[in-house]
Formats: sequence, structure tokens, C-alpha cells
Amino acid sequence: MSAGHALNHLRRIWEFVRRISGDDAYERYRAHQALRHPDAPLMTRREFCADEERRKWSGVSRCC
Amino acid sequence: MGGSMLKKVAGGLLAIVGAFAIAGIALHRHEPINALWIITAAVCVYLLGYRIYAAWLAARVLAVDPTRATPAERLNNGRDFVPTHRAIVFGHHFAAIAGPGPLVGPTLAAQFGYLPGTLWILVGAVFGGCVQDMTILLLSTRRDGRSLGQMAHDEFGPVGGLAALIGTLLIMIILCAVLSLVIVNVMKHSPWATSTVLATIPAAILVGLYLRLWRPGRVLEATLLGVILIMVALVGGGWLDHQPQLRVLFDYEGLTLAGFVIVYGFLAAILPVWLLLAPRDYLSTFLKLGTVILLAIAIVITHPTIKMPAITPFVDGTGPLFGGKVFPFVFITIACGAISGFHALIASGTTPKLISSEADVRLVGYGSMALESFVAIMALIAATLLDPGVFFAINSGAGIVGATPEAAVHTISGWGFPVTVEQMRNLASAMGEQTLFARTGGAPSLAVGMASIFGSTFGKGLLALWYHFAIMFEAVFLLATLDAGTRVGRFMVQDLLGRAWEPLGRTSWYPSVLFSSALIVGGWGYFLYVGVIDPNGGVNILWPLFGISNQMLAAIALSIATGILVKSGKARYAWVTLVPLAWLAVVTTTAAWQKITSPDVHIGLFAAADDLAAKLAAGTLPAARAAVAPQLIFNQRLDAWLAMLFTAILWFVILDMARICLRSLRGERVPASSETPYRESRLNAAVQGAP
Repeated sequence: MSAGHALNHLRRIWEFVRRISGDDAYERYRAHQALRHPDAPLMTRREFCADEERRKWSGVSRCC
Repeated sequence: MGGSMLKKVAGGLLAIVGAFAIAGIALHRHEPINALWIITAAVCVYLLGYRIYAAWLAARVLAVDPTRATPAERLNNGRDFVPTHRAIVFGHHFAAIAGPGPLVGPTLAAQFGYLPGTLWILVGAVFGGCVQDMTILLLSTRRDGRSLGQMAHDEFGPVGGLAALIGTLLIMIILCAVLSLVIVNVMKHSPWATSTVLATIPAAILVGLYLRLWRPGRVLEATLLGVILIMVALVGGGWLDHQPQLRVLFDYEGLTLAGFVIVYGFLAAILPVWLLLAPRDYLSTFLKLGTVILLAIAIVITHPTIKMPAITPFVDGTGPLFGGKVFPFVFITIACGAISGFHALIASGTTPKLISSEADVRLVGYGSMALESFVAIMALIAATLLDPGVFFAINSGAGIVGATPEAAVHTISGWGFPVTVEQMRNLASAMGEQTLFARTGGAPSLAVGMASIFGSTFGKGLLALWYHFAIMFEAVFLLATLDAGTRVGRFMVQDLLGRAWEPLGRTSWYPSVLFSSALIVGGWGYFLYVGVIDPNGGVNILWPLFGISNQMLAAIALSIATGILVKSGKARYAWVTLVPLAWLAVVTTTAAWQKITSPDVHIGLFAAADDLAAKLAAGTLPAARAAVAPQLIFNQRLDAWLAMLFTAILWFVILDMARICLRSLRGERVPASSETPYRESRLNAAVQGAP
């Protein structure tokens, strides 16, 4: 396996970790808005995170 | 062709290995067995269940259709509705369903021996819990991610929906009560545990500030910061424990700690989520996944011998942890880990909005529950690798075995499980604790078990640190569920109150927020208070009640699933949910019946209340017990009424389901299906998110 190959693997693992932890949520939101609603106003990172937190915690999200 | 042949051979091998492992467990009845037998049997059972039963369920019963567009695709908003790769949905779903339940339940059920718990965890998960989670997940995915209560409302009518809401609210209260009681028992007279758990609060707040003010949304950086802070708190707690003038500041009675927990719960419910609740949740999820993986590795490396007998004499109902025979109480005690109604709330809410293809429900629904069940198996191993005498000494309340160490070891050794005061003293000092007698609730004995596994894998010298790591892990876990449960309970109270007077339903109107939070915290706080003053530990009463309520919720979920299957013309397959439903109805009703009517004071709640009342009237109680007797008497009667209410709700929903099914089978009018019409998916495998 070449060094480039290994690096590629590491990058994919890193992307997976960011995705599963929600670290990349804002980037994904921006990409989605650019694709689907390019004319709509874009929330800032701060606004987006505050709004996400409000949404996530208004229902049952944890279990016994 | 070659691939399918290979699969068949692999499946056959799996079946043979699994059969050998189960036979090994069953035939080694009179000599100690190795934990690897249990691990092997469990893994084979899950894989077989997943490959054969779940595949059949998906293809035939649920008619999973990968060409059908999911709500994540149709309603994609880049936020909660997002088509997501199934590995990531699996991770999110597992993190959401895995709570402290599968850790505590199997530990308590270990009083019957390792065999009843192991069998129920495996059979219950494969034919009950996994089926429930997968079915509800698919049904909700086909209904735009609607919640369980909404589905009950849409498919059965408004009354069924209200019953589901009230049932869920009551479970929240009992759940929070029992979890807070476990936390108090963990921290009682343990300055190391108390200071570490207290330090996790400012740690969480710092992480919250970091995520809100300094680096919004940088979850990974914040988690790293939080984990470092928590580890510092853990080691710092150990240092503090050796400072005589400092350790007294964190040495508290149960009642004082209960006060702390109640105030904490109230604050967590009314403070903004970003400050405490959300950051604690990040930390708890990280710790949870990390510890579960670590524990699995450590068990395989150390492959400890199980010292608990396969079956103990306590199957006759005389057990010291809680009263009641193995049937029905093992099925009530181990709720999460075999089947948990609570999962249906997660499977109908957040998760279906992420599913990118219906084909993923097998991995996400069935697979996550199988993994959760495996966590329960590991907890059972950690409990049963202890010397049985030690296990019973840690988990039996002073009211059962005697208040002094000498009395306790005498009673327990008399049962045929030898243990000495010195052995317990050495163990406590190795774990860095004053005493391990009567540390009820399951968490301390689980921590001792985990510490001995971790200790023999990663270094024996650090036993005390490992013990407190396990304690801290459990506490963070318990507190995270307590926070979330209190908050969700608050929303439910507001939903109910809002029907009576609209302003009370506004979730951002502060008078209503304070009032409904006080109601919910007062509810569980009351049970916590009574549990703390109860000389038998309180968990012996509360945990069975929690089990009954959780199984009731599972029965509601299975009723909804059965009703929908029948309504959609799948009556001949309805047994897949009807059989677990019937079993749950039988065990829950039997357990509730015995809790209400049994003349045995260790089981019957009314009998225990009457017995205590008679002793109080006759003046035969010691002064300390007489002082708390009136509260205990009232509480036992209240618990009996609650058990009756749970059973009533259970049968109400079952009969409502039967009514709908009968009408549907006879061709009479029933509420129309709320399934979203078919639309072809335009996603293909290549664009389904990373990676």
C-alpha cells in the first residue's frame, strides 16, 4: 500500500469521525443550502449551532 | 453463486459453534465456566438472528423496499432530515438507545445465577427487543418519522394516543427516580466518587461555553477538552481522598446527596440546554462508546471465570436484592438489554429521519439492539465473575442482611456463599473505598467487576483508579439520562397541562417552565427521598416498578406494530410482534399481580405496608425505623397503586389494538393507514453521504 493510499484511508476515517460526532454539521448545512436554496439567507455558524441545539433537545433523544 | 455458497457454509458454521457454546453453558452446570462460552454463544445467537430472522422479517413481514424514497430523501432539509450512510445512523441510534439500563438490570438479576439472565437477554433480544426496534423504525420511516404517540393516535384513535403519552410520562418519573437513587448510592460516603461526579458539572459547563461562545459547533475539540477535564477530575478525586482535611468536605449522607441531586435535576431542566445538558451528553456518549469497546476487549483478553453458580437458590423468590421468583421477575428486572419500550421512542423520532434506504432498518434497528443486548451480557459477566459472597455483600441492603459487617457476612455465609469481613475490607481498600457493604443499586458491584477486568488487563496496581473510573462512567451516564429524562418529562407535562390551559403548554414561558419542572422533579424527587430512607435500599422496590413500566411501554409499541400489520393485510405474519407482546403481557401482569396481592412481605407491596403498620402500632420497631415507617408505608401503597395503573394502561392499549384488528379483519371501518404514499427513490448507493 502506497503512502498516498494510507493517507486516503486516514482521511476517510477522519471524515467518518467528524460526521458521526456532528463536527461537520455546519459545513453540511452550507453545502445543502448552496445546492438547494442558493438564494435563501444563510445562518452564521453561531446561529446555526444554537438553532440545532434547540431542535435536538426538544424531543426524546436519550434512553435508559 | 460461489458467494452464496460461502455464505451458507459460514451460516452453518455459526450455527454449529453457537450450539456448542450454548450446550457448553447448559452442561457445565456444576463447575465454574469461562466467560468466553457466554460471549461466543451470544455473538453466534445475534449473528444468526440478524442473518436469518431479521432478513426474513425485512423481506416478508415488513416488505422493505429499497426503491422507495425515505423521508430523509423526500424531506431533506440538510438538518434533521438528511439521507445518511447506514454506519453513521447505526452509531447515532446505538448511542441514543444505550443507557444505564442494561448495566443495572443484569447486575440485579445475577442474584438468580448467570443462566436465567443470559438466556432471557439472548432470547428476549433476538425475538423481542430487536424485532420491536426494527419494526417501529420501519413503520415510522414510512410515516415521515412520526412519533410512537402520533402513530397510536393516527392508527388507533385519540384515546390510544393519550394512553401512550400518560404511560410514557409515568415511566420518565420512575426512571429518573431509580437512576438518581443509584447515583446517590454510588456517592454515599465516598469522597472520591462524590468529588469526581461533582467536578463533571463544571467540566460540562466549560465544554458548553466552549461550544457556544468560543468555538461554536467544534464538537470534537470540545469533546477532547471535556475528556481531559474529566480525567483530571478522576485523578484529582483520588488525590483529594488522601487529604484528611479536604475529604471530609465531600463525605455525605445519602439524604444530603439526594438533596444535591434534586437541586441539580431542577437546574438542569430549567437552564438553557447548551450550558449543561448538551455538553454533558457529548461527554457521556464519548465515555459510553469508549468504555463499552474497552470492556469488550478486556473481557476477551482476560476471559475471566464465572464464579456465580448457574442457578442460585434465590430463584424461589427469597433473593436479597429484590423479592420475587425467577418467573416473572427476571423478565421484569432485565428490561433494557432484552426488550425496552423506551427504544421505540427513539426509533420513532430522530432515527427514521436519517435513514437513506429502507434496507438499512435491519442494521440500524435490529443490529443496534443486538449490540445493546451484548452490553447487557458484558454487565452480567462483570457481576458474576465476583465471588458470590462478595456480590451479595455489596448488593444486599442493611435491612436484609444486618447493619454491621459481622452480621452481614454471617447471614450471607449462612446462605452458602462464604465471605469474610477481612475479604470485604481488603477489597474496599484495594478499590479506594471505606466500605463496600450494602452499596445497593448495582453500580458499585458492576464497578468492582469492571475494575477487576480492567485491572488484570491493563495493570493491577491501578485498581482504585479503575474502580472510580467505572463509577464516574456510570455516574456521567446516569446523570445524562436523568437530565434528558427530566427535560422530556417537563415537555410532556407541559403538553398535558396545555390541553387544560393553553399558556401552560408554551415551552418558553418561564412560569410554566418552572412549574412543570418542579412537578416532574418533585415526582422523582419524592421516590428518591423514600428510597434513600428505606433501610432495604429502595432499589429493591423501585427497580421492579421501573421494569414493569418499561415493559408496559414495550407492549404499547408492540401493540401498535401488531395493529398496523393486521390493518395492512399482513395478519398471517402478525405473530412476529404478537408473540413477544403476549409474553410481555403475561410477565408484566403476573409481576404486577404478585406485587399487589402477594402475602409475602418481600414481594407484596400492600402486605409489606400492612406488616410495617402492624409492627409500628405494636411498638416493636427500633426508634430509627419507627421514625421513617409512616413514609415507607405510604410509599409502598402508592407503588402498589402505580403497578395497578401500569397494568390497566397496558391492557387498555392491548384491547384497543384487538378492537382495531377485529374490525379490520371483519372488513369494518378503521382509521385509514397513515403511511406516506410510495415514491421512487432517486438516490443511488454512490451518493448516499460519506464515506
